[in-house]
Amino acid sequence: MRHSMSGHLAFGVALLALSAGLAPARAGVEDSDQERAARWQEIQKSIFDGKTATTDDAAVKLDAPTRAADAALVPLTITLAQPKDIAGLYLVIDDNPSPVAAHFTFGPDADPKEVKLRVRVNTYTDIHVVAVMKDGSLKQTVKFVKASGGCSAPMGMSDEDAVKGIGDMRLRLAGDVAADKPVDATLMIRHPNFNGMQMNQLTRQYTPARYIQAIDVTYDAKKVFDMDTDISLASNPVITFELLPSAAKGELKVDVKDSTNAQWSRTFPVPAVSN
Amino acid sequence: MAVFPEMALRDGRVGSRTTRRDALLAGFGGLCLCCLPARADQPPARFGEVVPGLFVRHGDDEDATTKNRDAIANIGFIIGRDAVLVTDSGGSLADGRALRAAIRERTDRPIRHVVMSHVHPDHSFGAAAFVEDRPEFIGHAKLRQALQMRGEYYRRRLADLLGSDAGSIVIPTRAVSCTDAIDLGDRRISFQAHATAHTDCDLAMRDERSGVLLPADLLFVRRIPALDGSLAGWLRALTALEATGAARAVPGHGPVLVDLAPAVADLRRYLTVLRDGVRAEIKGTGSIERAIETVGQGERGRWLLFDDYNARNVTEAYKEYEWE
Repeated sequence: MRHSMSGHLAFGVALLALSAGLAPARAGVEDSDQERAARWQEIQKSIFDGKTATTDDAAVKLDAPTRAADAALVPLTITLAQPKDIAGLYLVIDDNPSPVAAHFTFGPDADPKEVKLRVRVNTYTDIHVVAVMKDGSLKQTVKFVKASGGCSAPMGMSDEDAVKGIGDMRLRLAGDVAADKPVDATLMIRHPNFNGMQMNQLTRQYTPARYIQAIDVTYDAKKVFDMDTDISLASNPVITFELLPSAAKGELKVDVKDSTNAQWSRTFPVPAVSN
Repeated sequence: MAVFPEMALRDGRVGSRTTRRDALLAGFGGLCLCCLPARADQPPARFGEVVPGLFVRHGDDEDATTKNRDAIANIGFIIGRDAVLVTDSGGSLADGRALRAAIRERTDRPIRHVVMSHVHPDHSFGAAAFVEDRPEFIGHAKLRQALQMRGEYYRRRLADLLGSDAGSIVIPTRAVSCTDAIDLGDRRISFQAHATAHTDCDLAMRDERSGVLLPADLLFVRRIPALDGSLAGWLRALTALEATGAARAVPGHGPVLVDLAPAVADLRRYLTVLRDGVRAEIKGTGSIERAIETVGQGERGRWLLFDDYNARNVTEAYKEYEWE
Protein backbone atom coordinates (compact mmCIF):
# COMPACT_ATOMS: atom_id res chain seq x y z
CA MET A 1 0.00 0.00 0.00
CA ARG A 2 3.01 2.29 0.39
CA HIS A 3 2.83 3.35 -3.27
CA SER A 4 -0.50 5.08 -2.68
CA MET A 5 1.14 7.99 -0.87
CA SER A 6 3.03 9.34 -3.83
CA GLY A 7 -0.20 9.68 -5.78
CA HIS A 8 -1.65 11.85 -3.10
CA LEU A 9 1.36 14.03 -2.91
CA ALA A 10 1.03 14.84 -6.59
CA PHE A 11 -2.65 15.52 -6.03
CA GLY A 12 -1.62 18.00 -3.36
CA VAL A 13 0.86 20.00 -5.39
CA ALA A 14 -1.65 22.27 -7.10
CA LEU A 15 -3.20 23.11 -3.76
CA LEU A 16 0.18 23.73 -2.27
CA ALA A 17 0.88 26.37 -4.89
CA LEU A 18 -2.47 27.97 -4.10
CA SER A 19 -1.95 28.12 -0.39
CA ALA A 20 1.43 29.71 -0.85
CA GLY A 21 -0.39 32.66 -2.44
CA LEU A 22 -1.86 35.65 -0.71
CA ALA A 23 -5.02 34.08 0.58
CA PRO A 24 -4.02 30.90 2.31
CA ALA A 25 -6.69 28.64 3.57
CA ARG A 26 -9.70 30.81 2.85
CA ALA A 27 -11.32 28.25 0.56
CA GLY A 28 -11.49 25.69 3.35
CA VAL A 29 -13.15 28.19 5.66
CA GLU A 30 -15.98 29.09 3.35
CA ASP A 31 -16.70 25.69 1.82
CA SER A 32 -20.26 24.48 2.10
CA ASP A 33 -21.16 21.07 3.53
CA GLN A 34 -21.85 19.87 -0.01
CA GLU A 35 -18.40 20.96 -1.15
CA ARG A 36 -16.83 19.16 1.79
CA ALA A 37 -18.80 16.01 1.05
CA ALA A 38 -17.80 16.15 -2.62
CA ARG A 39 -14.18 16.55 -1.67
CA TRP A 40 -14.32 13.55 0.63
CA GLN A 41 -15.89 11.48 -2.16
CA GLU A 42 -13.04 12.48 -4.45
CA ILE A 43 -10.40 11.65 -1.84
CA GLN A 44 -11.98 8.27 -1.09
CA LYS A 45 -12.00 7.40 -4.79
CA SER A 46 -8.30 8.09 -5.07
CA ILE A 47 -7.34 6.19 -1.91
CA PHE A 48 -9.67 3.23 -1.84
CA ASP A 49 -10.04 2.22 -5.47
CA GLY A 50 -13.73 2.91 -5.65
CA LYS A 51 -14.63 1.48 -2.27
CA THR A 52 -16.59 3.70 0.08
CA ALA A 53 -16.14 3.84 3.82
CA THR A 54 -19.22 3.31 5.98
CA THR A 55 -19.77 5.79 8.78
CA ASP A 56 -19.47 3.96 12.09
CA ASP A 57 -18.86 6.32 15.00
CA ALA A 58 -19.02 3.43 17.45
CA ALA A 59 -16.21 1.51 15.78
CA VAL A 60 -13.99 4.52 15.07
CA LYS A 61 -13.65 7.56 17.29
CA LEU A 62 -11.60 10.71 16.78
CA ASP A 63 -10.85 13.20 19.54
CA ALA A 64 -9.52 16.53 18.34
CA PRO A 65 -9.83 20.10 19.59
CA THR A 66 -12.75 21.89 17.92
CA ARG A 67 -10.54 24.93 17.59
CA ALA A 68 -6.82 24.30 17.55
CA ALA A 69 -4.72 26.43 19.92
CA ASP A 70 -1.70 25.78 17.74
CA ALA A 71 -2.41 24.88 14.12
CA ALA A 72 1.12 23.54 13.70
CA LEU A 73 0.58 21.03 16.50
CA VAL A 74 -2.93 19.64 16.72
CA PRO A 75 -3.06 16.60 19.00
CA LEU A 76 -5.37 13.80 17.81
CA THR A 77 -6.52 10.65 19.59
CA ILE A 78 -7.96 7.81 17.54
CA THR A 79 -9.86 5.07 19.35
CA LEU A 80 -10.87 1.81 17.67
CA ALA A 81 -13.55 -0.33 19.34
CA GLN A 82 -12.69 -3.65 17.66
CA PRO A 83 -8.88 -3.74 17.69
CA LYS A 84 -8.70 -7.44 16.89
CA ASP A 85 -10.51 -6.88 13.57
CA ILE A 86 -8.36 -3.94 12.45
CA ALA A 87 -5.75 -4.29 9.71
CA GLY A 88 -4.90 -0.64 9.19
CA LEU A 89 -5.87 2.96 9.53
CA TYR A 90 -5.99 6.09 7.39
CA LEU A 91 -5.89 9.60 8.81
CA VAL A 92 -7.09 12.11 6.23
CA ILE A 93 -7.06 15.88 6.70
CA ASP A 94 -9.31 16.73 3.78
CA ASP A 95 -8.20 20.30 3.10
CA ASN A 96 -4.51 19.97 3.80
CA PRO A 97 -2.25 20.28 0.75
CA SER A 98 -1.59 16.57 0.95
CA PRO A 99 -4.68 15.10 2.62
CA VAL A 100 -3.44 11.66 3.68
CA ALA A 101 -1.60 12.52 6.88
CA ALA A 102 -0.89 8.94 7.91
CA HIS A 103 -1.52 5.37 6.88
CA PHE A 104 -0.89 2.69 9.49
CA THR A 105 -0.65 -1.03 8.80
CA PHE A 106 -0.74 -2.97 12.06
CA GLY A 107 1.06 -6.22 12.80
CA PRO A 108 0.69 -8.97 15.43
CA ASP A 109 2.55 -7.02 18.12
CA ALA A 110 0.17 -4.08 18.10
CA ASP A 111 -3.14 -3.71 19.88
CA PRO A 112 -4.65 -0.96 17.75
CA LYS A 113 -7.26 0.26 20.17
CA GLU A 114 -5.72 3.71 20.53
CA VAL A 115 -3.32 5.82 18.47
CA LYS A 116 -2.26 9.39 19.24
CA LEU A 117 -0.37 11.70 16.99
CA ARG A 118 0.15 15.40 16.28
CA VAL A 119 -0.57 17.03 12.96
CA ARG A 120 -0.50 20.34 11.15
CA VAL A 121 -3.86 21.67 10.03
CA ASN A 122 -3.87 24.32 7.33
CA THR A 123 -7.46 25.51 7.34
CA TYR A 124 -10.96 24.76 8.62
CA THR A 125 -11.32 21.17 7.56
CA ASP A 126 -12.94 17.82 8.04
CA ILE A 127 -10.58 15.22 9.46
CA HIS A 128 -11.51 11.64 8.57
CA VAL A 129 -10.29 8.46 10.18
CA VAL A 130 -10.89 5.27 8.21
CA ALA A 131 -10.31 1.88 9.78
CA VAL A 132 -9.40 -0.86 7.34
CA MET A 133 -10.95 -4.04 8.74
CA LYS A 134 -9.36 -7.42 8.24
CA ASP A 135 -12.34 -8.45 6.08
CA GLY A 136 -11.52 -5.57 3.74
CA SER A 137 -14.42 -3.34 4.75
CA LEU A 138 -13.86 0.32 5.64
CA LYS A 139 -15.33 2.12 8.65
CA GLN A 140 -14.99 5.83 9.15
CA THR A 141 -15.65 8.77 11.38
CA VAL A 142 -15.20 12.49 10.84
CA LYS A 143 -14.57 15.60 12.89
CA PHE A 144 -14.56 19.24 11.81
CA VAL A 145 -11.57 21.20 13.12
CA LYS A 146 -11.05 24.94 13.02
CA ALA A 147 -7.41 25.84 12.54
CA SER A 148 -5.48 27.91 10.10
CA GLY A 149 -1.99 28.35 8.79
CA GLY A 150 -0.57 25.21 10.36
CA CYS A 151 1.31 24.25 7.22
CA SER A 152 2.82 27.60 6.34
CA ALA A 153 3.39 28.76 9.92
CA PRO A 154 7.06 29.51 10.39
CA MET A 155 8.84 27.35 12.89
CA GLY A 156 9.95 29.04 16.09
CA MET A 157 13.61 28.65 15.29
CA SER A 158 16.12 28.91 12.48
CA ASP A 159 16.38 26.15 9.89
CA GLU A 160 19.80 25.25 11.28
CA ASP A 161 18.48 24.90 14.82
CA ALA A 162 15.50 22.91 13.58
CA VAL A 163 17.66 20.12 12.15
CA LYS A 164 19.82 19.81 15.26
CA GLY A 165 19.71 16.25 16.54
CA ILE A 166 17.68 15.05 13.56
CA GLY A 167 16.94 11.35 13.84
CA ASP A 168 17.19 11.21 17.65
CA MET A 169 14.54 8.95 19.11
CA ARG A 170 13.06 8.20 22.49
CA LEU A 171 10.65 5.54 23.68
CA ARG A 172 8.50 5.71 26.80
CA LEU A 173 6.46 2.79 28.10
CA ALA A 174 3.65 3.72 30.47
CA GLY A 175 3.70 0.55 32.55
CA ASP A 176 5.29 -2.80 33.21
CA VAL A 177 5.78 -5.14 30.30
CA ALA A 178 4.26 -8.60 30.33
CA ALA A 179 3.80 -11.01 27.47
CA ASP A 180 0.56 -10.48 25.54
CA LYS A 181 -0.49 -7.58 27.75
CA PRO A 182 -0.93 -4.28 25.91
CA VAL A 183 1.14 -1.35 27.15
CA ASP A 184 1.03 2.34 26.19
CA ALA A 185 4.14 3.24 24.19
CA THR A 186 5.17 6.73 23.14
CA LEU A 187 7.71 7.15 20.38
CA MET A 188 9.39 10.54 19.90
CA ILE A 189 11.46 11.36 16.82
CA ARG A 190 13.53 14.53 16.29
CA HIS A 191 12.79 15.76 12.79
CA PRO A 192 11.72 19.23 11.59
CA ASN A 193 9.36 17.74 8.99
CA PHE A 194 9.85 20.76 6.73
CA ASN A 195 6.92 20.74 4.35
CA GLY A 196 8.26 23.18 1.77
CA MET A 197 5.74 25.89 2.68
CA GLN A 198 7.83 27.99 5.06
CA MET A 199 9.34 30.96 3.26
CA ASN A 200 12.51 32.91 3.94
CA GLN A 201 11.43 36.49 3.23
CA LEU A 202 14.80 37.89 2.25
CA THR A 203 15.82 35.19 -0.19
CA ARG A 204 12.20 34.59 -1.26
CA GLN A 205 13.09 30.93 -1.05
CA TYR A 206 11.04 28.28 0.64
CA THR A 207 12.89 26.06 3.07
CA PRO A 208 13.16 22.88 1.00
CA ALA A 209 10.72 20.16 1.94
CA ARG A 210 12.23 17.46 4.08
CA TYR A 211 9.76 15.24 5.84
CA ILE A 212 9.41 11.75 7.25
CA GLN A 213 7.89 9.28 4.81
CA ALA A 214 8.00 6.02 6.70
CA ILE A 215 8.17 4.85 10.31
CA ASP A 216 8.38 1.08 10.75
CA VAL A 217 8.22 -0.44 14.23
CA THR A 218 8.92 -4.08 15.13
CA TYR A 219 9.15 -6.01 18.40
CA ASP A 220 11.54 -8.95 18.30
CA ALA A 221 11.34 -8.76 14.50
CA LYS A 222 7.54 -9.01 14.53
CA LYS A 223 5.63 -6.09 13.08
CA VAL A 224 4.01 -3.58 15.43
CA PHE A 225 3.11 -1.16 12.67
CA ASP A 226 4.30 0.42 9.46
CA MET A 227 3.33 4.03 9.03
CA ASP A 228 3.42 6.00 5.78
CA THR A 229 3.23 9.72 6.28
CA ASP A 230 4.20 13.07 4.85
CA ILE A 231 3.99 16.81 5.31
CA SER A 232 1.00 16.91 7.68
CA LEU A 233 2.89 15.42 10.61
CA ALA A 234 3.95 18.09 13.13
CA SER A 235 7.67 18.68 13.54
CA ASN A 236 9.41 16.42 16.07
CA PRO A 237 6.70 13.75 15.68
CA VAL A 238 5.34 12.00 18.74
CA ILE A 239 3.23 8.87 18.27
CA THR A 240 1.52 6.97 21.04
CA PHE A 241 0.36 3.42 20.34
CA GLU A 242 -0.49 0.22 22.16
CA LEU A 243 2.34 -2.27 22.06
CA LEU A 244 1.25 -5.91 22.43
CA PRO A 245 4.58 -7.52 23.31
CA SER A 246 4.84 -11.16 22.38
CA ALA A 247 7.41 -11.60 25.15
CA ALA A 248 8.09 -9.80 28.45
CA LYS A 249 11.64 -9.07 27.34
CA GLY A 250 12.60 -8.07 23.86
CA GLU A 251 13.79 -5.35 21.52
CA LEU A 252 11.66 -2.67 19.97
CA LYS A 253 13.20 -1.50 16.72
CA VAL A 254 12.27 1.69 14.89
CA ASP A 255 13.26 2.47 11.30
CA VAL A 256 12.64 5.96 9.98
CA LYS A 257 13.12 7.19 6.43
CA ASP A 258 12.64 10.75 5.19
CA SER A 259 12.07 12.35 1.81
CA THR A 260 15.80 12.90 1.26
CA ASN A 261 16.27 9.16 1.73
CA ALA A 262 18.05 9.68 5.01
CA GLN A 263 17.45 6.72 7.33
CA TRP A 264 17.69 6.25 11.05
CA SER A 265 17.37 3.06 13.07
CA ARG A 266 17.15 2.69 16.79
CA THR A 267 16.73 -0.39 18.95
CA PHE A 268 15.24 -0.01 22.43
CA PRO A 269 15.60 -2.81 24.95
CA VAL A 270 12.26 -3.66 26.61
CA PRO A 271 11.86 -3.24 29.47
CA ALA A 272 14.13 -0.21 29.49
CA VAL A 273 17.48 -0.74 31.11
CA SER A 274 17.60 1.53 34.11
CA ASN A 275 20.73 3.39 34.98
CA MET B 1 3.30 39.56 22.43
CA ALA B 2 2.25 36.78 20.54
CA VAL B 3 1.44 36.25 17.31
CA PHE B 4 3.23 33.48 16.65
CA PRO B 5 0.54 32.68 14.49
CA GLU B 6 -3.03 33.02 14.59
CA MET B 7 -3.86 33.84 18.11
CA ALA B 8 -3.21 37.50 17.94
CA LEU B 9 -4.46 37.78 14.40
CA ARG B 10 -6.99 35.06 14.58
CA ASP B 11 -9.87 37.38 13.86
CA GLY B 12 -8.28 38.09 10.53
CA ARG B 13 -10.82 36.10 8.64
CA VAL B 14 -13.72 38.07 9.93
CA GLY B 15 -11.78 41.28 10.07
CA SER B 16 -10.58 41.03 6.52
CA ARG B 17 -14.07 41.55 5.18
CA THR B 18 -14.42 44.67 7.25
CA THR B 19 -11.05 45.80 6.04
CA ARG B 20 -12.00 45.58 2.41
CA ARG B 21 -15.23 47.43 3.05
CA ASP B 22 -13.37 50.10 4.99
CA ALA B 23 -10.91 50.45 2.19
CA LEU B 24 -13.70 50.82 -0.37
CA LEU B 25 -15.52 53.42 1.70
CA ALA B 26 -12.32 55.32 2.11
CA GLY B 27 -11.82 55.22 -1.63
CA PHE B 28 -15.30 56.57 -2.33
CA GLY B 29 -14.80 59.32 0.20
CA GLY B 30 -11.68 60.43 -1.59
CA LEU B 31 -9.65 60.08 1.57
CA CYS B 32 -6.10 58.95 1.38
CA LEU B 33 -5.64 57.21 4.69
CA CYS B 34 -1.97 56.70 4.24
CA CYS B 35 -1.30 60.44 4.33
CA LEU B 36 -3.08 61.04 7.60
CA PRO B 37 -1.18 60.74 10.85
CA ALA B 38 -4.04 58.79 12.36
CA ARG B 39 -7.46 57.74 11.21
CA ALA B 40 -10.21 60.21 11.88
CA ASP B 41 -12.33 57.63 13.68
CA GLN B 42 -9.50 56.76 16.05
CA PRO B 43 -8.92 58.71 19.22
CA PRO B 44 -5.41 60.18 19.14
CA ALA B 45 -2.91 57.87 20.79
CA ARG B 46 -2.16 58.95 24.33
CA PHE B 47 1.51 59.11 25.18
CA GLY B 48 2.11 59.84 28.82
CA GLU B 49 5.42 61.11 30.22
CA VAL B 50 6.19 58.33 32.69
CA VAL B 51 9.48 59.92 33.77
CA PRO B 52 10.90 63.19 32.41
CA GLY B 53 11.66 62.77 28.73
CA LEU B 54 10.31 59.19 28.46
CA PHE B 55 6.87 58.91 26.87
CA VAL B 56 4.87 55.67 26.68
CA ARG B 57 1.55 54.78 25.07
CA HIS B 58 -0.44 52.00 26.70
CA GLY B 59 -1.23 49.22 24.26
CA ASP B 60 -4.78 47.84 24.26
CA ASP B 61 -5.12 44.56 26.14
CA GLU B 62 -6.56 42.84 23.06
CA ASP B 63 -5.41 40.95 20.03
CA ALA B 64 -4.86 42.78 16.74
CA THR B 65 -8.05 43.94 15.06
CA THR B 66 -8.97 46.25 12.21
CA LYS B 67 -10.14 48.77 14.77
CA ASN B 68 -7.10 48.82 17.06
CA ARG B 69 -4.59 48.76 14.16
CA ASP B 70 -2.45 46.36 16.19
CA ALA B 71 -1.70 49.18 18.65
CA ILE B 72 -1.57 46.60 21.42
CA ALA B 73 1.97 46.97 22.78
CA ASN B 74 3.39 49.62 25.10
CA ILE B 75 5.49 51.75 22.77
CA GLY B 76 7.11 55.12 23.19
CA PHE B 77 10.09 57.39 22.82
CA ILE B 78 12.86 59.15 24.72
CA ILE B 79 13.74 62.76 23.93
CA GLY B 80 17.41 63.54 24.51
CA ARG B 81 19.38 66.76 24.03
CA ASP B 82 20.48 65.88 20.52
CA ALA B 83 18.10 63.24 19.27
CA VAL B 84 15.04 61.10 19.82
CA LEU B 85 15.02 57.33 20.37
CA VAL B 86 11.92 55.24 19.67
CA THR B 87 11.69 52.58 22.39
CA ASP B 88 9.64 50.15 20.30
CA SER B 89 8.24 50.70 16.84
CA GLY B 90 4.57 49.76 17.12
CA GLY B 91 2.27 47.19 15.58
CA SER B 92 1.59 48.50 12.10
CA LEU B 93 2.47 51.30 9.73
CA ALA B 94 -0.57 53.16 11.10
CA ASP B 95 0.53 52.61 14.68
CA GLY B 96 4.07 53.75 13.84
CA ARG B 97 2.70 56.87 12.14
CA ALA B 98 0.68 57.77 15.24
CA LEU B 99 3.86 57.34 17.28
CA ARG B 100 5.82 59.54 14.91
CA ALA B 101 3.11 62.21 15.02
CA ALA B 102 3.19 62.16 18.82
CA ILE B 103 6.96 62.76 18.71
CA ARG B 104 6.58 65.63 16.28
CA GLU B 105 3.95 67.27 18.51
CA ARG B 106 6.65 67.56 21.14
CA THR B 107 9.98 68.06 19.43
CA ASP B 108 11.71 68.71 16.11
CA ARG B 109 14.87 66.89 17.17
CA PRO B 110 15.95 64.19 14.76
CA ILE B 111 14.68 60.66 15.27
CA ARG B 112 18.03 58.90 15.09
CA HIS B 113 17.27 55.52 16.68
CA VAL B 114 14.31 53.17 16.32
CA VAL B 115 14.31 50.05 18.47
CA MET B 116 12.49 46.90 17.41
CA SER B 117 12.41 44.91 20.63
CA HIS B 118 11.72 41.54 18.95
CA VAL B 119 10.13 39.89 15.92
CA HIS B 120 6.45 39.97 16.90
CA PRO B 121 4.39 42.22 14.66
CA ASP B 122 3.00 44.41 17.45
CA HIS B 123 6.59 45.52 18.10
CA SER B 124 8.19 45.48 14.66
CA PHE B 125 5.68 46.66 12.04
CA GLY B 126 5.66 50.32 13.11
CA ALA B 127 9.26 50.68 11.91
CA ALA B 128 8.17 51.42 8.34
CA ALA B 129 6.74 54.77 9.53
CA PHE B 130 10.27 55.99 10.33
CA VAL B 131 12.12 55.07 7.15
CA GLU B 132 12.01 58.70 5.94
CA ASP B 133 13.89 59.78 9.10
CA ARG B 134 16.79 57.51 8.13
CA PRO B 135 17.40 56.38 11.71
CA GLU B 136 19.37 53.34 12.69
CA PHE B 137 16.99 50.48 13.32
CA ILE B 138 18.24 48.67 16.41
CA GLY B 139 17.48 45.02 17.10
CA HIS B 140 18.81 41.82 18.62
CA ALA B 141 21.42 40.10 16.45
CA LYS B 142 18.92 37.34 15.73
CA LEU B 143 16.09 39.68 14.77
CA ARG B 144 17.17 39.87 11.15
CA GLN B 145 16.94 36.14 10.70
CA ALA B 146 13.68 35.94 12.62
CA LEU B 147 12.13 38.58 10.35
CA GLN B 148 13.34 36.66 7.33
CA MET B 149 11.70 33.53 8.63
CA ARG B 150 8.42 35.02 9.78
CA GLY B 151 8.08 38.57 8.55
CA GLU B 152 6.24 37.81 5.35
CA TYR B 153 3.85 35.49 7.16
CA TYR B 154 3.07 38.20 9.69
CA ARG B 155 2.75 40.86 7.01
CA ARG B 156 0.15 38.88 5.12
CA ARG B 157 -1.94 38.25 8.17
CA LEU B 158 -1.67 41.86 9.25
CA ALA B 159 -2.58 43.02 5.74
CA ASP B 160 -5.70 40.84 5.94
CA LEU B 161 -6.77 43.07 8.83
CA LEU B 162 -5.38 46.45 7.86
CA GLY B 163 -4.68 46.47 4.13
CA SER B 164 -1.98 49.00 3.28
CA ASP B 165 -1.99 50.29 6.87
CA ALA B 166 -0.20 47.08 7.84
CA GLY B 167 3.18 48.26 6.61
CA SER B 168 6.22 46.43 5.40
CA ILE B 169 9.13 44.66 7.00
CA VAL B 170 12.12 46.73 8.04
CA ILE B 171 15.39 44.90 8.59
CA PRO B 172 17.47 46.23 11.51
CA THR B 173 20.63 48.13 10.63
CA ARG B 174 22.32 47.88 14.04
CA ALA B 175 22.50 44.41 15.56
CA VAL B 176 23.08 43.90 19.26
CA SER B 177 24.59 40.52 20.05
CA CYS B 178 25.45 41.14 23.70
CA THR B 179 25.46 44.66 25.11
CA ASP B 180 25.50 48.05 23.46
CA ALA B 181 24.74 51.66 24.29
CA ILE B 182 23.89 54.89 22.56
CA ASP B 183 24.05 58.47 23.74
CA LEU B 184 21.27 60.97 23.04
CA GLY B 185 23.56 63.81 24.10
CA ASP B 186 22.70 64.01 27.75
CA ARG B 187 21.19 60.60 28.16
CA ARG B 188 22.74 57.16 27.75
CA ILE B 189 20.57 54.22 26.78
CA SER B 190 22.07 50.76 27.28
CA PHE B 191 21.00 47.54 25.59
CA GLN B 192 21.06 43.91 26.59
CA ALA B 193 20.46 41.12 24.06
CA HIS B 194 18.97 38.08 25.80
CA ALA B 195 19.28 34.40 24.99
CA THR B 196 16.07 32.72 23.82
CA ALA B 197 13.28 33.56 26.25
CA HIS B 198 9.96 35.14 25.17
CA THR B 199 11.29 34.78 21.60
CA ASP B 200 14.78 34.11 20.24
CA CYS B 201 15.48 37.82 19.70
CA ASP B 202 14.49 39.76 22.83
CA LEU B 203 16.30 43.06 23.31
CA ALA B 204 15.96 44.84 26.65
CA MET B 205 17.15 48.36 27.34
CA ARG B 206 17.60 50.80 30.15
CA ASP B 207 17.32 54.54 30.36
CA GLU B 208 20.36 55.23 32.53
CA ARG B 209 19.28 58.68 33.58
CA SER B 210 16.01 57.59 35.15
CA GLY B 211 17.11 54.03 35.86
CA VAL B 212 13.90 52.76 34.29
CA LEU B 213 14.20 49.36 32.61
CA LEU B 214 12.47 48.74 29.26
CA PRO B 215 12.43 44.95 28.90
CA ALA B 216 9.63 44.93 26.29
CA ASP B 217 7.94 41.52 26.17
CA LEU B 218 10.32 39.90 28.62
CA LEU B 219 7.85 41.47 31.04
CA PHE B 220 4.07 41.02 30.71
CA VAL B 221 1.89 42.56 33.39
CA ARG B 222 -1.84 41.80 33.70
CA ARG B 223 -1.98 40.35 30.16
CA ILE B 224 -1.11 36.67 29.91
CA PRO B 225 2.41 36.18 28.56
CA ALA B 226 2.85 34.47 25.20
CA LEU B 227 5.58 31.84 25.15
CA ASP B 228 7.32 31.66 21.78
CA GLY B 229 10.92 30.90 22.70
CA SER B 230 12.00 28.97 25.75
CA LEU B 231 10.32 28.73 29.13
CA ALA B 232 13.58 27.79 30.87
CA GLY B 233 15.29 30.66 29.06
CA TRP B 234 12.57 33.10 30.08
CA LEU B 235 12.97 32.19 33.75
CA ARG B 236 16.70 32.87 33.40
CA ALA B 237 15.97 36.19 31.67
CA LEU B 238 13.74 37.24 34.59
CA THR B 239 16.66 36.67 36.94
CA ALA B 240 18.81 38.80 34.66
CA LEU B 241 16.21 41.59 34.71
CA GLU B 242 16.26 41.56 38.52
CA ALA B 243 20.05 41.61 38.49
CA THR B 244 19.98 45.01 36.80
CA GLY B 245 18.87 46.43 40.14
CA ALA B 246 16.22 48.55 38.40
CA ALA B 247 13.29 49.47 40.61
CA ARG B 248 10.82 50.34 37.87
CA ALA B 249 10.10 49.09 34.39
CA VAL B 250 7.99 49.72 31.31
CA PRO B 251 6.53 46.30 30.46
CA GLY B 252 5.76 45.31 26.86
CA HIS B 253 2.12 44.83 27.84
CA GLY B 254 0.20 46.10 30.82
CA PRO B 255 0.48 49.37 32.77
CA VAL B 256 3.01 51.80 31.29
CA LEU B 257 5.19 51.87 34.42
CA VAL B 258 5.41 49.26 37.18
CA ASP B 259 7.57 48.27 40.13
CA LEU B 260 9.85 45.61 38.74
CA ALA B 261 9.98 43.15 41.66
CA PRO B 262 6.26 42.29 42.00
CA ALA B 263 5.80 42.23 38.21
CA VAL B 264 8.65 39.76 37.81
CA ALA B 265 7.28 37.70 40.69
CA ASP B 266 3.87 37.35 39.00
CA LEU B 267 5.35 36.35 35.67
CA ARG B 268 7.76 33.92 37.31
CA ARG B 269 4.89 32.33 39.21
CA TYR B 270 2.93 31.72 36.00
CA LEU B 271 5.92 30.33 34.11
CA THR B 272 6.85 28.10 37.05
CA VAL B 273 3.30 26.73 37.23
CA LEU B 274 3.55 25.91 33.52
CA ARG B 275 6.96 24.28 33.87
CA ASP B 276 6.05 22.19 36.89
CA GLY B 277 2.70 21.24 35.38
CA VAL B 278 4.06 19.96 32.09
CA ARG B 279 6.97 18.21 33.81
CA ALA B 280 4.56 16.32 36.07
CA GLU B 281 2.44 15.34 33.08
CA ILE B 282 5.46 14.19 31.08
CA LYS B 283 6.79 12.15 34.00
CA GLY B 284 3.41 10.50 34.42
CA THR B 285 1.58 8.96 31.52
CA GLY B 286 2.53 11.87 29.33
CA SER B 287 -0.42 13.29 27.47
CA ILE B 288 -0.15 16.68 25.82
CA GLU B 289 -3.95 16.76 25.52
CA ARG B 290 -4.43 16.45 29.25
CA ALA B 291 -1.67 18.97 29.90
CA ILE B 292 -3.46 21.47 27.65
CA GLU B 293 -6.71 20.95 29.58
CA THR B 294 -5.30 21.10 33.10
CA VAL B 295 -1.96 22.89 33.40
CA GLY B 296 -2.09 26.49 34.56
CA GLN B 297 -5.85 26.56 35.14
CA GLY B 298 -5.36 28.01 38.63
CA GLU B 299 -3.94 31.11 36.94
CA ARG B 300 -7.09 31.82 34.91
CA GLY B 301 -8.39 34.63 37.12
CA ARG B 302 -5.04 36.38 37.25
CA TRP B 303 -4.47 37.20 33.58
CA LEU B 304 -6.36 38.91 30.77
CA LEU B 305 -6.82 36.82 27.58
CA PHE B 306 -6.03 33.67 29.55
CA ASP B 307 -8.23 31.42 27.43
CA ASP B 308 -6.69 32.73 24.22
CA TYR B 309 -3.11 31.90 25.14
CA ASN B 310 -2.78 29.38 27.94
CA ALA B 311 -3.36 26.32 25.74
CA ARG B 312 -0.72 27.51 23.29
CA ASN B 313 1.71 28.26 26.10
CA VAL B 314 1.21 24.78 27.56
CA THR B 315 1.78 23.27 24.10
CA GLU B 316 5.03 25.21 23.72
CA ALA B 317 6.20 24.29 27.20
CA TYR B 318 5.33 20.64 26.68
CA LYS B 319 7.34 20.52 23.44
CA GLU B 320 10.30 22.06 25.24
CA TYR B 321 10.26 19.80 28.28
CA GLU B 322 9.37 16.47 26.72
CA TRP B 323 12.89 16.34 25.27
CA GLU B 324 14.47 17.43 28.56
